[in-house]
Amino acid sequence: MWDYIKLVALGVIAVFAAIAANYARDTAYLVNALTIMLVAGGLFLWQVRRTDEPRRRPNEAEYFDSVVRAGLIATAFWGVVGFLVGTWIAFQLAFPALNFEWAQPYMNFGRLRPLHTSAVIFAFGGNALIMSSFYIVQRTTAARLWGGNLAWFVFWGYQLVIVLAATGYLLGATQSKEYAEPEWYVDWWLTIVWVAFLAVFVGTLLKRKEPHIYVANWFLLAFIITVAMLHLVNNLSLPVSIWGSKSVQVFSGVQDAMVQWWYGHNAVGFFLTAGFLGMMYYFIPKQAERPVYSYKLSIIHFWALIFLYIWAGPHHLHYTALPDWASTLGMVFSIMLWMPSWGGMINGLMTLSGAWDKLRTDPVIRMMVISVGFYGMSTFEGPMMSIKAVNSLSHYTDWTIGHVHSGALGWNGMITFGALYFLAPRLWNRQGLYSLALVSWHFWLATIGIVLYASAMWVTGIMEGLMWREVDANGFLVNAFADTVAAKFPMYVVRGIGGLLYLTGALIMCYNLWMTVTSVARKQTAPAAVPAE
Amino acid sequence: METYTQLRAFADSWAVLALMLFFLGMIAFLFRPGGRRRHEDAATSIFRHDDRPAPATAAEQSREARP
Repeated sequence: MWDYIKLVALGVIAVFAAIAANYARDTAYLVNALTIMLVAGGLFLWQVRRTDEPRRRPNEAEYFDSVVRAGLIATAFWGVVGFLVGTWIAFQLAFPALNFEWAQPYMNFGRLRPLHTSAVIFAFGGNALIMSSFYIVQRTTAARLWGGNLAWFVFWGYQLVIVLAATGYLLGATQSKEYAEPEWYVDWWLTIVWVAFLAVFVGTLLKRKEPHIYVANWFLLAFIITVAMLHLVNNLSLPVSIWGSKSVQVFSGVQDAMVQWWYGHNAVGFFLTAGFLGMMYYFIPKQAERPVYSYKLSIIHFWALIFLYIWAGPHHLHYTALPDWASTLGMVFSIMLWMPSWGGMINGLMTLSGAWDKLRTDPVIRMMVISVGFYGMSTFEGPMMSIKAVNSLSHYTDWTIGHVHSGALGWNGMITFGALYFLAPRLWNRQGLYSLALVSWHFWLATIGIVLYASAMWVTGIMEGLMWREVDANGFLVNAFADTVAAKFPMYVVRGIGGLLYLTGALIMCYNLWMTVTSVARKQTAPAAVPAE
Repeated sequence: METYTQLRAFADSWAVLALMLFFLGMIAFLFRPGGRRRHEDAATSIFRHDDRPAPATAAEQSREARP
């Protein structure tokens, strides 16, 4: 019965998408409709061939790891894509001639920039989070993922979101909200996928065999629920036509700006922080083979982070039409946030106490530790930049971009690389990684890349801020905007080189992971007592 | 506007108080006697089930055996 319902649904979607493509009012919508038509049509054929075939029941005595393996491949793939686009647009800023005339408008900076941010945050980071959630929740609850193949729906549904969003950006569909650029139909689809993700996660928690829910799962659950809430509120929009990609926001003016940055900052707070802290609280203790330094501290870290982060958004809107009290509130909460952040950093670092020698021998743990170091650094820098006096200098300059990248490349990137190195041998049942020397290469390339990136952006950001506010004896501004652009050139080149090093490191990682899967010998597992079926 | 004022008054009085009490109560609860053993158990739970899920209990097995 279920097979037939799926067939009908897929058929209806494919036909509807074909009609939509026919009536499409803009190219982005047309291409997205054709994509959906092909996907739904392909799935329809695949489903026809499977209908009424006997189906294997999921084996509850095994973990559901195939979807985690797919997630690992997707994470590495989208990571390289995202870093490549990022490096490319960094050089576009340094050398504007790279905005090729023949590729206008599809390959210009304005369209590639959201492609870069979405690719690294949502495609690379999102796949890393989904993959880790599925792995961690199974190991810490001692239960197979709930919902049969629903986890596969989450994985492929999420890839479809990425593809629709990315092609949409290049063809000009955007609702002009930073980090929430996809248009209405992609938002609706993401909502469905996300609810399925929540169902798989909570379903697994409910059937857990361990009495206690390990703290990593708290962070991951907070990430899933909060991102759902943020996504729904920030994407409240009315489509102009059901046959076009354009939509109109329900909020307007300063309310819209506040909702956008309430979303935007909590995307940082709950997507890039809470979710990745969930990864930290599992992968660091596992790789160090020691329990987390203080479990009590991890719980305080959780609640303090959850209570404070949600208020920090207004610091993106200092000195705007936003009421003063609101931006002061955002600033105060951002500063208070420093405490739980550093509590968490200390907890992660001190997990190695008594095992610091591993830093010398194990480049994977080195990667995880430096990621926690960058977490501490950027959660110090962030509160500082949220102070109004500092923000009046730093805002709209490249300092912000430097800050974001020390967090994203340092904290999110490095902990994800650590997790990939941790997972690959385990998921494919290999004796170990292909080459630890290559992990060291990756580590140093990535670290030097980040240092080049962040220091270049500090210099150019502060320079830019000072040049903008410089006035002569009569109170006239000294520098035109173009003067700052010209002065930034050397730092832009350094930034691009930093990105290049980071990208090279990621490519080395892909090679290393590929060789781990294809050429390292299988791990000999001791025959375990398997219950007779 | 009336609703806004009411919600605003509630938010910066009772709601703040409830959230603060929850937070402080959570910390107090963490340091309850006997908590340490539970926390150590939870912290080491990640080392227990690396390869396969915990075996099903007898009740679950009989439930799964049903068609």
